[in-house]
Amino acid sequence: MGRKILFITTDQQRYDTLGANGGTLARTPVLDGLAAQGIRYERCQPTSVVCMPSRASMLTGQYPSTHGAWMNGVPLAVHAPSVAESLHDAGYATALIGKAHFEPFMDPFGRFAENSLANLGVPTVEQDWFDGRRGVHRGFDYLEFATHGVMGPLHYAKWMARYHPEAMGGFYQVVDHELNVSAVGGGDTGAPQVKWNDVPREWYHTDWVADRTIDWLTGRGDDQDWFCWMSFPDPHHPWDPPRSEIGRIPWREVPLPVNYPESASERESLLDAKARHWRAWYDGRLVSNYEAPAKWVPATLTSDQVREVNALNAVEVELIDEAIGRVLHAITARGWGDDVDVIFTTDHGELQGDFGLLFKGPYHVDGLMRLPLIWRPAPSTKPMPSVVRAPVSLVSLAATFLAVAGKPAPAWVEGSSLPIDDDDARARSFDATVTEWDSALFGVDVHVRSVVTTGHLYTEYRPGTMHDGSEGELYDLADDPLQRINRFDEPAYANVRATLAERLRAHEDRPGERAVPGTLMAPV
Amino acid sequence: MASLRHERRISASADAVWDVVRRPESIPQWFPGVESCTVEGNRRVVTTAAGLEMPEEILTIDNLLRRFAYRVTAPMYRFHLGVIDVIALGQIDSLCVYSTTAEPDLLALLIDGGTVGALDQIQRLAEAATQE
Repeated sequence: MGRKILFITTDQQRYDTLGANGGTLARTPVLDGLAAQGIRYERCQPTSVVCMPSRASMLTGQYPSTHGAWMNGVPLAVHAPSVAESLHDAGYATALIGKAHFEPFMDPFGRFAENSLANLGVPTVEQDWFDGRRGVHRGFDYLEFATHGVMGPLHYAKWMARYHPEAMGGFYQVVDHELNVSAVGGGDTGAPQVKWNDVPREWYHTDWVADRTIDWLTGRGDDQDWFCWMSFPDPHHPWDPPRSEIGRIPWREVPLPVNYPESASERESLLDAKARHWRAWYDGRLVSNYEAPAKWVPATLTSDQVREVNALNAVEVELIDEAIGRVLHAITARGWGDDVDVIFTTDHGELQGDFGLLFKGPYHVDGLMRLPLIWRPAPSTKPMPSVVRAPVSLVSLAATFLAVAGKPAPAWVEGSSLPIDDDDARARSFDATVTEWDSALFGVDVHVRSVVTTGHLYTEYRPGTMHDGSEGELYDLADDPLQRINRFDEPAYANVRATLAERLRAHEDRPGERAVPGTLMAPV
Repeated sequence: MASLRHERRISASADAVWDVVRRPESIPQWFPGVESCTVEGNRRVVTTAAGLEMPEEILTIDNLLRRFAYRVTAPMYRFHLGVIDVIALGQIDSLCVYSTTAEPDLLALLIDGGTVGALDQIQRLAEAATQE
């Protein structure tokens, strides 16, 4: 019997939402406890700041420019490498419960396996894509899917429709009649993607994901090794947690984020110092990507809306923490407590008021790029608690899972297993991470590459509709941790810029086989 | 209004490619995710694997130009025009172009995503017929 792996992800969660990371809004005792027992990473970056490319990187251990799912709406190739497949082959039972999103959600023709599988209403069946070896799909033996609401064919939506149809109307309608991310506001402040949801807490998708995970674990044999990816759709918008819970954090008492400039003139001055698409989006002159409401203008965001969004977001984070606690309790009750590695992270962040913005897009700053990451190794390995300050990336997750399982990383894995402390990070050259962005939607294309070191965050904008290839951003993380002063053109930083530009060149020129970039099939 | 396009070079005669797409009732054979259809006059209703029924109007079946044009008439579309052109490049060499213009824009993208798979199937069927 080896080490079992509980891989927990959330969606669109900022680094500073956890108590262990200095957050003061949400109470997260379970995750804080895991951090205290294990390894807490202070600078974990995604490979992409949107869901599909980032999640595909977790599964494949590859950057988007390698695995080919380069923007939301581009499906990961069905036979792309999968760490779940490697673990399946190593004898692990494998499951993914919650949000997958390796393939588009919007699928009127029912062409993608995630939707087709869910549409059948059962989690494990033999279909055309099942070859008897890989697991049902992408190496997972068992799949049960959920996303941010109750629309569509996924398992959670079907469960709600079957057992609790009367509660479905409480959820926010994520897209409008034109399939755009809805700009409709709600709550007390009219903030976009906010709604009071009368769904009972036990029917909300956070508890459903935990319940289904516990159910799957209950069915495993005592000596069975397992890899379970428990994937919560929250705290990604819409912000519609069960109304019964929102009194936990009264929004009027929520302080404004440290990086929310209250005066419009200060906001605009900060945005004007960045590449031009920042201000264009803020003013409502640009929609570069699908992930924010196309009909919402960020300049209209009010201080109270920021407070209310952050309060509801924190409520969702607390519910997740409590759901994780239930799952860990079930694991302990099975007698597995000493043998389970727990890894917690998210796919990308959320601006949540930073620079007067909400949601996400081609904006490579900490709000979107600095992620919570906690690894609590199996207690039987007697791990030494540590804090890793070196930059690490989600591209390392696949190799880490395989290392936990005692398996070598295949050649297709681009990331090395996560360091266990800063000495380990230094010894294995964890000194920079790269985040990619490519999008092309209705005539607007944006291409961004960023590199983060312990000292700097450097971004290049490649030629596209909005940029001519000459723009960039450079932030000194030591004296400007909020990334407000763009030093890209400052002569004093020319050497730093040249060094970091070279790091990006090296990333582009890295060896290895690249998949043919996939085709955009849907908005998301 | 979004206007999108995909094209495919096919190792088959233009007539062979056109033979795959010209009959309105043949769409379940080459458009992935279209499970079935009914055709009455110039009206076609396709049913997708997700259970959606989409009514369409056939606008043009031009055997000389080898052009098939149709529009989705479902109310969610303010406008839709789908055009499949087959162009001869050589004796067994042709180009198939599938264009989608629609409003709202995102609905164009949803159909356009499907047309990629449709071109895969059109190519497969036309080249298989050529080799027989």
